[in-house]
Amino acid sequence: MSSQDYGEGKRYGPSAFGDDLRRFVSLTYTLASTDFKLTYFGSFLGYFWSLMRPLLFFGVLYFVFTDIFHVGTNVPNYSVELLLGIILWTFFLQSTVGSVQSMLSREGLLRKMRFPRLVVPLAITLTSLFQLTTNLIPIFALALIRGINPTWAWFELIPVVALLAILASGIGMLLSVLYVRARDIAPIWDVTSQLLFYASPIIYPVFYYNHHTTSYYGKDCAFNSESDTYLNILTGKTCGASNVPVGNNLHLHFIGHFLMTNPIAAVIAQARHALVGGHEGVNPSAAFALGGWEYALIPVGIILVVFAVGVVVFHHEAPRISENL
Amino acid sequence: MPAVTIQGASKAFKLHHRQYHTLKERALHPFQARTYDLLQAVDNVSVDIAQGEFFGIIGRNGSGKSTLLKCLAGIYDIDAGKMHVRGRLSPFIELGVGFNLDLTARDNVILNAIVLGLTRKEAKARFDSIIAFAELEDFLDMRLKNYSSGMSVRLAFSVAIQVDADVLLIDEVLAVGDASFQQKCFDEFQRLKKEGRTILFVTHDMGAIQRFCDRALLLEKGRVVAIGDPADVAHRYNALNFGRTVHELSDDRSDDDRRTDYRDADITDAWFEDAAGARIASIPHREAIAVGVQVRFNAALDDPSFGVTIRNNAGATVFATTTEWSYGPTGHFAAGELVTVRVRLENWFTPASYTVTPSIARIGMGSDTIDLRADLATIIVHGGRFTTGVVDLPHEFEIQRG
Repeated sequence: MSSQDYGEGKRYGPSAFGDDLRRFVSLTYTLASTDFKLTYFGSFLGYFWSLMRPLLFFGVLYFVFTDIFHVGTNVPNYSVELLLGIILWTFFLQSTVGSVQSMLSREGLLRKMRFPRLVVPLAITLTSLFQLTTNLIPIFALALIRGINPTWAWFELIPVVALLAILASGIGMLLSVLYVRARDIAPIWDVTSQLLFYASPIIYPVFYYNHHTTSYYGKDCAFNSESDTYLNILTGKTCGASNVPVGNNLHLHFIGHFLMTNPIAAVIAQARHALVGGHEGVNPSAAFALGGWEYALIPVGIILVVFAVGVVVFHHEAPRISENL
Repeated sequence: MPAVTIQGASKAFKLHHRQYHTLKERALHPFQARTYDLLQAVDNVSVDIAQGEFFGIIGRNGSGKSTLLKCLAGIYDIDAGKMHVRGRLSPFIELGVGFNLDLTARDNVILNAIVLGLTRKEAKARFDSIIAFAELEDFLDMRLKNYSSGMSVRLAFSVAIQVDADVLLIDEVLAVGDASFQQKCFDEFQRLKKEGRTILFVTHDMGAIQRFCDRALLLEKGRVVAIGDPADVAHRYNALNFGRTVHELSDDRSDDDRRTDYRDADITDAWFEDAAGARIASIPHREAIAVGVQVRFNAALDDPSFGVTIRNNAGATVFATTTEWSYGPTGHFAAGELVTVRVRLENWFTPASYTVTPSIARIGMGSDTIDLRADLATIIVHGGRFTTGVVDLPHEFEIQRG
């Protein structure tokens, strides 16, 4: 190991990144894998329990949306889509919520050791990423059971998950360091993440909507009125005899596009597109749902901006985390 | 080139009168003045510490010595000044940082070593020597929560020492652990010093300061009060710490005496020795010891009382005696006279470290302390059996039936 010769001109105190990249990586990995090991092997049936939560959530939602509201019946492979959405959301939620109080839970380390502060929230994201990887097993299993053939497109999941991880770590950095200053970040993020959950196509399928199609969920289908629209989205009812042209629903049109600029929505849409494959009217790629690949730059841009803001704010706050805690 | 350079380092903490911890509070009181007191924990400290030096930092509680160490360790950012450490630094500010109670000792050693700055490969390579030093070979796969506190400290210390740092920062971590392990730690520090490592040592133990350190620094309210020879600095520390007590106790003395630091007699040294009269740092249980105290008289005194108090590492007084109780009148001492007082005692102390606090006083109406030096020398008693008592007195049982 190289000696840590803190140069005369260099900043001496604690910082976000430290001055040794290898130590940064090794420490992040060690903390993350230790946490992962503890959740999986630390308790009786550890893996089972950590998988049980998203699966139970999936079971309840699947029952509600296929047997009570009939979304599932009209969307091909609704079960796979729902499970994929829930698992990806679980990853995002786990890593951001875990980051909020991460500094407090690592207080002992922060007050006694000099190490790159950024390791703390990044280790949380990495732990969640490990869990996501193990949670993908039931998804692939379900996809194969449902008769979806593996395609090269499945590899698209890697960059898609990477984008989600970048978003989650950016938000994680921001939350972890803001929590040191304001303790009500915890309930604030609780509410915000709830909103994000409903704003993202997790329990409902991705619909697309653009000028070239007259309908969604199949041709010759339109809405009676705006109030019907949401019901239609949720229930996936095939639209019957109504003849109101789609052009009258510009409001919905806008909302549809607007919702897709939400990076989580875009990520989930793209992940579903990759895993299940696009069908007529359903499971469009994120770019298609947004109305063109150039619009797909919006969610990607949001992800990168959030990450950059996270890095800048974290870097600014890092030297004083241990004394502000 | 000094191993550690500190130039005009300052560190202040803001103590807000009203600390807002939530956004809600800040939103509700946007115009409230954010007043605070500034606590200058470290105030313009400058010192160069040479490579291979065993450097002591002493000061009363709240004098800023731990903050200084934390700034050096890179945990706090200094507000002003410069700090420079050459080589790898290992902070012994708290042992076992990052230890996880649910993991086995094996996993914890690797985790802790990585936290302290080793790579995984290096940590694995040193694993055996870490365990051997801690003498915990038989408990490798035990979870740390089943370890006794002494065992985890041993483990943590072993990891920290095996990091092979060039500069070690030690903050009173040796208050725990049994006597033989403490002795082992000090032996290890001596070995590291011989290898040319630099050691910064924060403590309250004046005995240890004088025994191990080449130089010492005394902090008071964040400022450097004294720097130099450990005996002199320890002397200043005692003056700071007990000076007030001494003066309070001697209110009946003349005003002239109180205005200056002048005393009628100074305790200049104290030590433990064995039966042969050699100065010692440790001794087996039951081997006779003596406490030596050297006193210089600045004024002629008649029948002063010499006192010796022995305390254990928990701070409890285990033994106390004075010439007044056990000797009788001590006679006349002339100004300028140098006197060595020796107390021979049987060593029934159980294994632990003990300190001696020598004092000299006038006898008369109430005790009038002339000089008192807290914990001036330290001895570690080892061997013997572990009992729960502070002493293991010679004794015999008799069981009578009927």
